[in-house]
Amino acid sequence: MKVLVPVKRVVDYNVKVRIKADGSGVDLSNVKMSMNPFDEIAVEEAVRLKEAGKAEEVIVVSIGVKQAQETLRTALAMGADRAILVVAADDVYQDIEPLAVAKILKVVVDEEQPGLVLCGKQAIDNDVNATGQMLSALLGWSQATFASELDIDGDHATVKREVDGGLQTIKVKMPTIVTVDLRLNEPRYAKLPNIMKAKKKPLSEKTAASYGVDVSARLGIVSTVEPSTRKAGEIVGSADELVAKLKEAGVV
Amino acid sequence: MAKDMIGNGPDLNSFDWADAFRLDRQLSEDERMLRDAAQVFAQDQLQPRVLQAYRDERADPDLFREMGDAGLLGVTIPEEYGGLGASYVTYGLIAREVERVDSGYRSMMSVQSSLVMYPIHAYGSEEQRQKYLPKLVSGELIGCFGLTEPDAGSDPAGMKTNAKKTANGYVLNGTKMWISNAPFADVFVIWAKSEAHDGKIRGFVLEKGMEGLSAPKISGKLSLRASTTGEIVMKDVAVGEKALLPNIEGLKGPFGCLNRARYGIAWGVLGAAEFCFHAARQYGLDRKQFDRPIAQTQLYQKKLADMETEISIGLQAALRVGQLLDEGQAAPEMISLIKRNNCGKALDIARHARDMHGGNGISDEFHVMRHMVNLETVNTYEGTHDVHALILGRAITGLQAFF
Repeated sequence: MKVLVPVKRVVDYNVKVRIKADGSGVDLSNVKMSMNPFDEIAVEEAVRLKEAGKAEEVIVVSIGVKQAQETLRTALAMGADRAILVVAADDVYQDIEPLAVAKILKVVVDEEQPGLVLCGKQAIDNDVNATGQMLSALLGWSQATFASELDIDGDHATVKREVDGGLQTIKVKMPTIVTVDLRLNEPRYAKLPNIMKAKKKPLSEKTAASYGVDVSARLGIVSTVEPSTRKAGEIVGSADELVAKLKEAGVV
Repeated sequence: MAKDMIGNGPDLNSFDWADAFRLDRQLSEDERMLRDAAQVFAQDQLQPRVLQAYRDERADPDLFREMGDAGLLGVTIPEEYGGLGASYVTYGLIAREVERVDSGYRSMMSVQSSLVMYPIHAYGSEEQRQKYLPKLVSGELIGCFGLTEPDAGSDPAGMKTNAKKTANGYVLNGTKMWISNAPFADVFVIWAKSEAHDGKIRGFVLEKGMEGLSAPKISGKLSLRASTTGEIVMKDVAVGEKALLPNIEGLKGPFGCLNRARYGIAWGVLGAAEFCFHAARQYGLDRKQFDRPIAQTQLYQKKLADMETEISIGLQAALRVGQLLDEGQAAPEMISLIKRNNCGKALDIARHARDMHGGNGISDEFHVMRHMVNLETVNTYEGTHDVHALILGRAITGLQAFF
């Protein structure tokens, strides 16, 4: 079985993001970029499947700007076998929307015929959480989202899902699409020799146009604002004082 | 590309205090990735244990295997011997990440890589390379480097250790002093005056367990307490012809090794300095006196500005020399310049950071004083601040002032 893992290049989770002066989005100039943490978990799971003898090949794919090559190299250093870079934009500010990503992934799936697509449940830059679901619809495959445990047994996969009320266990038919949640595993760090070896692993470069997919934006950004800052609290001396303050604030 | 090149000149961009000259953008993709991987290892594996190791004056020999497993040893050694086959810039970046935790840990790594693997690779026979390098890369073997003696420090030509020719090899006698890793080393690269080679300095590879070879630990160090230092005592140590490093003679042998190690030190100390700078900045923002953060005072900010300046300039210089090394264009004097400058400046930064932490700076839990006393050693070893000035002075004037 081949496993396909789509990975996205996003602003590193440690970066304190700033809004561009014109409010059109987040300032990306000279900001550290890295692999979407949920995608890292997906890569780790795929590599573990291979190590356990349940997968033969792990293919990683990234869709976006050319610099996503670095993200793919990280995945190769973690243990993926080969990579596909789909250049879909020249401008780092052009976010490729989930539907376009899913359409490109559908073509990749048609070509590669994986038995499993493992994706992050969402990307931490725009938190849309839609690509896996859309790909499932386009392919007509089963889907299991927010996975915190994955067990593949022949033509079925058992997936423990993190849902609002707790955990739900479902059984899906293979081939399937699993979107992974935070607690599925703890991704390994790439060792230095593996980073060097990753340079020798195959990385093929395609374009969105070569897949016949239009990636132009369907959504417009109206404005981007920073979350309002929390105001300092006040320590009150008694319950009576608290009630008085709440009344003053007009909340009781 | 700057938008407005006509009339107003290029646009200006925002400033990042943590990377003033955008070092990140001057590195290759590989270099950044390798640096990040080393940083993760250093912060996750080394940082949590350094406090106790320092208090107990105890270096853990297993650390070599852990470093080897992560790929931190033998960065510039070719892949055919198990090394990483990476650039000198990468080697420098890794030294910086390790020394951000502790100069002692970086010393352990520098000795293993530059002072033991380098001479075996550069001056050794193919048999010696095959025998030692892969196991030194993995950390299975630990190496040390014996040049300095009780009475020969800045003047290594004054060494007394000697090798006498025997029927099938040599017999070595002498004492080496201040040798990192020696007490638990398996492989000893020893420099000695060889009678059979007109008294010229030659390198020998000795192994633990040889009769007459011992390496007592030096205790009571107030600096580099997380790494182990010892003496090497050789009393009629008999070795075969195969122990001789065949391809070098004279002081240029040990100096060739030291140049590589010093280059790594020039990067490493800036890791320690950056730790101290970042710690002082954060402390100044958190610590309030007279109803405001102490970082909001002019004296405090002036010190931070000095730190930022020296670290940023020092990093650019180290990067430049690294690039020249990778191109085969670096001169030893360049390495003297950055070793001297960066060690001196890092020590100064650490002293200021200790001071800026007030009373808390005395506590090991704030780490700055540990860096400060570590850097006292690093400023001294591998050519003191003053001796490197004399090397530069000789290059500038053509006149030697050592003696």
